[in-house]
Amino acid sequence: MDKIKHKILVLSGKGGVGKSTVSTQLALYLSHIGKKVGLLDVDLCGPSIPKMLGLENREVHKYSDGWVPVYKDETKSLGVISIQFLLGDKDTPVIWRGPKKDSMIKQFITDVSWGELDYLIVDTPPGTSDEHLSITQELLKYNVDGAILVTTPQGVAISDVRKEISFCRKLQLPIIGIVENMSGYVCPHCSECTNIFSSEGGRLLAEQAQIPFLGKLPIDPYLTASAEKGIDYFKEYPNSSTLSALKEFVDNFELKNKTTTPTTTTE
Amino acid sequence: MSTEAQTSNDKELIQPPPENCPGTQSENAGKSSQCEGCPNQQICSTTPKTVDPDLQKIQDRMSTVKHKILVLSGKGGVGKSTFSSQLSYALSMNSEKQVGLLDIDICGPSIPKIMGLEGEQIHMSGEGWDPVFVQDNLAVMSVGFLLETEEEAVIWRGPKKNGLIKQFLKDVSWGDLDYLVVDTPPGTSDEHLSIVQYLKNSNIDGAVIVTSPQDISLIDVRKEINFCKKVNLPIIGVVENFSGFICPKCTKESKIFIPTSGGAEQMSKEMNVDFLGRIPIDPLIARSCDEGKNYLTAFPNSESTKQYNIIFQKIKEKLNL
Repeated sequence: MDKIKHKILVLSGKGGVGKSTVSTQLALYLSHIGKKVGLLDVDLCGPSIPKMLGLENREVHKYSDGWVPVYKDETKSLGVISIQFLLGDKDTPVIWRGPKKDSMIKQFITDVSWGELDYLIVDTPPGTSDEHLSITQELLKYNVDGAILVTTPQGVAISDVRKEISFCRKLQLPIIGIVENMSGYVCPHCSECTNIFSSEGGRLLAEQAQIPFLGKLPIDPYLTASAEKGIDYFKEYPNSSTLSALKEFVDNFELKNKTTTPTTTTE
Repeated sequence: MSTEAQTSNDKELIQPPPENCPGTQSENAGKSSQCEGCPNQQICSTTPKTVDPDLQKIQDRMSTVKHKILVLSGKGGVGKSTFSSQLSYALSMNSEKQVGLLDIDICGPSIPKIMGLEGEQIHMSGEGWDPVFVQDNLAVMSVGFLLETEEEAVIWRGPKKNGLIKQFLKDVSWGDLDYLVVDTPPGTSDEHLSIVQYLKNSNIDGAVIVTSPQDISLIDVRKEINFCKKVNLPIIGVVENFSGFICPKCTKESKIFIPTSGGAEQMSKEMNVDFLGRIPIDPLIARSCDEGKNYLTAFPNSESTKQYNIIFQKIKEKLNL
C-alpha cells in the first residue's frame, strides 16, 4: 500500500446508480493519460468490474509475493482484482455473511502485489455495512485520499446517499465530491431530452451538504453497451462528451497534486 | 450505534468458515467430511446445538400470515422496492385483504419514501411494534421508521442487521395478514440468509426476482437464482424492469438498457425459471416513488401499469391466490 500514491474509494448508499461504471471509466481514463492504475472490486456478492473490462473469464494467480492482479492488456497500466477471478463458475453465488467478507477484503489489502501505482480505485457494493467498514478502516491506515459518491438525481437515491455522507463523516473518510449519473436521456429519434430519473438532485445535495459537485453524466446507451461488451469507451468514442465531467475531475485532481508534489516528496 | 461484529448466539470461530462449510449451525457442523482440517472443527463439533428460542416465536407470529412473498435481486437499483410497493398496493386494492410490506434493506431503506411515510415513527404496544399504516389494509415496517433523521446512517455489520430482521419478524404486531411482501437489499449475504433461515418453518410462498435487461445485471441475477436453489427457496418468476423507453414527445421506443444477450426472458429459459413479464421505463414511475404516490392508481392507463397488472395476475395464478 505504501507504493500507491493515491487511493480513491467510489461509494454510494444506493445500488445500480453507476458506481462500477464510474470506477471503471475513471481507471481507464487514468491509464489513458499514462498513469499506473489498480482497480479493486470489493463488491463480493455482485462483482461487475470484470465484465465491464471484458475480463470475465480471467483468473488470478498466487505467487510468492502475493496475488498478481489481472492486467487489462500487455502494457500492464491497468491491473484489476475482483472476487470474480477467484470463482470457477461465473454463476456461482458468493453466499457469505459479514465475517467472511471482512477477511476477504483484508486479504485483498494485504496480499495483492500491485507494485508501484499512481492510483488505486476501489469499487464498492451499495450500503454502509461490512464491506464499507472493512475497506474504509483498512484504507484509513494508509492515507486514503477520500471517496467519490455516485448518485442518480431521483429522491429515492439521494436519500440513501445522504446516509453514505453520514457514514463518511462518522468514519472521518474525506469526501472528494459527488457525481450525478443517469442525468437526462436524449431520445435518438427526436433529440428530446427526458429527465427519466428527475434532475439536479446530485447538485442540490452537494450544495446542501457542502461537498464539491463533480458534474453530471447523462444517460448514454453507448456507454451501457460498452460496459456490456467490455469495450474501452474512451478508445471507441474519443469525442464523446458523456464523460467530460470525469475527465475534468481527473485533470483538476492531477493539477492540484502536481502543485503540491514538492511538499509531499520531501516528507 | 456500535459496529462490533459478534452476537451472543454466534460461536466464537477462530477463522471464518471456509467455502464448503456445511454451516456452523447445521447438524453436521464439525462432523462432515468438509470439516476435516478446518481450524474451527473442534469448536463446531463440541458446541452443543441449541435451538434458537426466537425461531419458535417467529413461527407463532407468522402463523397468522397466510402468504409470504420475497422480492429479490442480485443487482442494486433495478426496481426491487418499486416492484414491492406496487405489488403491495395492487394486493391491497381488494379491501377484504390485509397486506403487510416489510423492508429488510437495513442500510438503504427506500420503502418509507416510496410509500409516502417519511418521518413516521414506530409505536410500541402490548402486542409489540405497531407497523405504520398507509391505508386500512396496508401496513408497513422499515428501519427507516426507527431513524431520527433521513441522513442518519445505519452503520452495522451483519450480526446487528440479522438481529433487527429477527425483531421485525418476531415483534411486529402484523395481526392477521393475507399477504406479507418482503423487500430486500441487493446481494446474497446476511439479510438474505437470515430471512430465509428465520422463515424456514413458516412456509415462504416464493421469491420474485427483479432485474434490468443488461448482462451486467443478469450476471448478478443468475447468482441470486442459484442462491435460491441452494437454500431451497421456490422462485415464482423473473420480472424485467427498465425494459425500453417510450419518448413522451415522439412516442417512439428506444432501448436505454440493452438486452445484449436476450434479456431476462432468455436468461429465465436458460435457468429454467418462469418469466413473468416486462415493465417499460416511465419517468412517472420514478416521480411517483419520489412523491410517495401509488403509480398504479395515479396512471391507470399507462403501458407500465398495464404490464404491472399482467405480472401481478400471473403471480396470483401461480400461487392460487
